[in-house]
Amino acid sequence: MRSFLFRRLLHAVFVIWGVVTVVFFLVRATGDPAAFLVDQTATQEEIAHMRRMLGLDRPLLAQYADFLAAIPRGDFGTSLREKRPAMPMVLEHLWPATVELSAAALLLSTLLAIPLGVISATRRNRAADHVSRIASLLLQSMPSFWLGLMLILLFAVELGGLLPAYGSGSLRHLILPAVTLAAAPLAQNVRLIRSGMLEVLQQDYVRTARAKGVLERGVIYRHALRNAAIPVITVAGLSLGFMLSGTVVIETVFSWPGMGRLIVQAVPGRDFPVIQAGVFVFAVIFVVINLLVDVLYTVVDPRVRLR
Amino acid sequence: MCSTRWSTRECACGDAREPATSTVHPGALQVTWLMRLRSDAAAVIGLLVITATVLTAVFAPILSPADPIKNQLLERLTPPMWVAGGTARHPLGTDTLGRDVTSRLLYGARVSLVVGVSAVVIAGLVGVVLGLLAGYYRGWLDDVLMRIGDVQLAFPVLVLAIALLAVAGASLLTVVLVLGVTGWITYARIVRGETLSLAARDFVEAARAMGAPDRHVIWRHIVPNVLPPVTVVATFSVARVVIAEASLSFLGLGIPPPAPSWGAMLDEGRNYLTTGWWLALFPGLAILFLVLGINLVGDWLRDALDPRLERGM
Repeated sequence: MRSFLFRRLLHAVFVIWGVVTVVFFLVRATGDPAAFLVDQTATQEEIAHMRRMLGLDRPLLAQYADFLAAIPRGDFGTSLREKRPAMPMVLEHLWPATVELSAAALLLSTLLAIPLGVISATRRNRAADHVSRIASLLLQSMPSFWLGLMLILLFAVELGGLLPAYGSGSLRHLILPAVTLAAAPLAQNVRLIRSGMLEVLQQDYVRTARAKGVLERGVIYRHALRNAAIPVITVAGLSLGFMLSGTVVIETVFSWPGMGRLIVQAVPGRDFPVIQAGVFVFAVIFVVINLLVDVLYTVVDPRVRLR
Repeated sequence: MCSTRWSTRECACGDAREPATSTVHPGALQVTWLMRLRSDAAAVIGLLVITATVLTAVFAPILSPADPIKNQLLERLTPPMWVAGGTARHPLGTDTLGRDVTSRLLYGARVSLVVGVSAVVIAGLVGVVLGLLAGYYRGWLDDVLMRIGDVQLAFPVLVLAIALLAVAGASLLTVVLVLGVTGWITYARIVRGETLSLAARDFVEAARAMGAPDRHVIWRHIVPNVLPPVTVVATFSVARVVIAEASLSFLGLGIPPPAPSWGAMLDEGRNYLTTGWWLALFPGLAILFLVLGINLVGDWLRDALDPRLERGM
């Protein structure tokens, strides 16, 4: 277990190094932020002065070395737009806005999926199963931002402002964006639990449990679901990564003041420090989630040994 | 096909099929495909939807009631024909510049299909070639490729695409390239895994023992066996790319205006939810139908070609 964790941590550090390196050179290829920060009448000298002030006139590799050296201190430089440290800015958008939204969506998509998937599997080919399968297929086939727009159209426009379309700050504000973000992962989880349950329900130990008189509810929730849950853990992990990516669009649709929207706005503005800090945080979260998923496997399925 | 010098009895087209992998037998597969297709109503619907979209895209100039990029400001925000104030000249209404929504939807199918298919072809080709090399030769190439893949997977796809588009500038070509480049790793991983296990199998070792060059072994014995899972993944990827293109265009980073793209139409429509609901409704429905069609066909292909891939994944 210890050597497993050590190797995985090394790997995690490598992945994060790779991500920050790519983003460092990629944003510098997008163009010169100095030209954006001076007004349009600025002379070449003024632009050059701005570039010197930002340290962008130095050799690229020297900039890169400084950039790497500052990361352990959490120092990603100062936002070119807002003139304040980039990392605290990103963290302010991560917590609470993005965390709230992703956590709510993850809860919705996992907790709702369990009863729906179980019902679908135990009533295979009956009406409830058909409805759940068609709904899953539809939800997985629509772009989430369009679902968001339609929910706004229904709840904020047609139903006379039953739920707010934009902004944040209360539970009512959270409902529409969270439901939108949860929709596709929910559909995927329902399909996974359904197929997992169908397979597990045919196993010998389920038959044994039934034969010795365990109540059907106990068979399903104690014996079958626990084994059917393994793929869901992987997918919940993956879908959290997917959701973080999804927040980029969903936060834009709902003007949710989160990290995804911050990064989307920073790219056209060439706000290098904010983009770098934001992508770094994304990568760290992603890597940590993957590690947690691997450890969780052993809890759910003792047959899995970490090597 | 089996008469080549290095073929063994268990070659790709041989009759001694192994149960664990779906070794290819073209004739037999065709029959089961057709049988399965007939018994799978969902797949038939999916195929019909895809065919209809392709026909729409090809015949857009004939089917369109109006020029998709011509502004007619006097007719701006005309509602669909069945709503009060609508007209049969614009069956699905007009947008904020008076452009015909129906025509823009029809032409928009071209963008979605071209981007979806070409990005997947690029990602597939790159991924399959690299996956074959990594799985067959292993060693440093394998290590390097898989680590690059790990790094890429830790990147939020959209952020990577947005940054790449900011570098390259948005156009049809760059959107295709960016979505193609960001998708290769899925194929590389699957093909690598399959190749690793195939390379250890008897029929591959036998071919090698008989002196077959690597190129022959890969092309004749490995490629035919990795194609079924790749086809399945590629089908679902088209659906994903169609949505990704729409997302990028929705964020204003995809195909530049005035070209009609379903995602860009949704971007325009979101500011007019109260006065022009049709602007946000129809492009989304178009995306939904196309993606649903592709997913239905993908489900069927998975069952027919690669039963080991789990349903629901």
